[in-house]
Amino acid sequence: MIVALEVTTSWYLALGAALFTIGAVGLLIRRNPLVMFMCVELMLNAVNLTFVALSHHLGDVSGQTVVFFVLVVAAAEVVVGLGIIVAILRRKPGATADDIAYLKG
Amino acid sequence: MELFVFIVAAAVILTGALGVVLRSNPVHAALSLVQTLFGVAVLFVAQEAHFLAAVQVIVYAGAIVVLFLFVIMLLGVDRADDLRVEPLKVQRPAALVVGACGLGALLAAVLVGNPITGAHGQGEPNAEGEGNVNALARSLFGDYVFAFEVTALLLVIAVIGTLLLTRRPPRADADDEPELLP
Repeated sequence: MIVALEVTTSWYLALGAALFTIGAVGLLIRRNPLVMFMCVELMLNAVNLTFVALSHHLGDVSGQTVVFFVLVVAAAEVVVGLGIIVAILRRKPGATADDIAYLKG
Repeated sequence: MELFVFIVAAAVILTGALGVVLRSNPVHAALSLVQTLFGVAVLFVAQEAHFLAAVQVIVYAGAIVVLFLFVIMLLGVDRADDLRVEPLKVQRPAALVVGACGLGALLAAVLVGNPITGAHGQGEPNAEGEGNVNALARSLFGDYVFAFEVTALLLVIAVIGTLLLTRRPPRADADDEPELLP
């Protein structure tokens, strides 16, 4: 061991930033609606990681409570979103995000 | 030891996240998502959020990813996408530029900016003696009990809405109901 590195809260925040960026880029470049949804989950997890890191840093459990609510909202979002995706793909099998442009005018 | 845990978990998380974005098969992407979620759960344990680590594994890996896989199998879309198709020419370079700028801004704010200070909150302390679950329960059912009740309402509305949304039309000939989609 040359240097005794210490894992600080900033490391967790940097990892959360990297995870959020990967999720955002994936949301922008993928066209399969299911995979786009998974990228949204990645971004939510990045925010959860940030909340937990700051909760640990500040010694306040409220951050973990917020993560709990984020989990609930993510579950509701997945239920509704997958329902919409099922309704769309049942009518147009193999539809991608480019095919769902009915509001384009 | 904590450094070792962090490095391994970060490698697991980032390879899983890249797998979600880069794997062409949606099933493989879902399994990479499980990998990422487990890595995040390990970091939750490292940050003494034991209850959230368990909930992360149960709710995310146990319910949400299973729902993803269920929809993939139900709709039969488990064939690989052709990732070389690029309908908008500038989309991927623009997305990479936006991502690089965002990551740079976030990392600059985190690493170069002021160290994290911030006053300690008014909420329950993350008590080490009595355990994480007790502190979280006192916060959730004390300070945030109204928000907790509202999430129950949210879940009920989501379930009912999904039932109405994915219901098949009653009859093919009874076309008095407007079609949701053309």
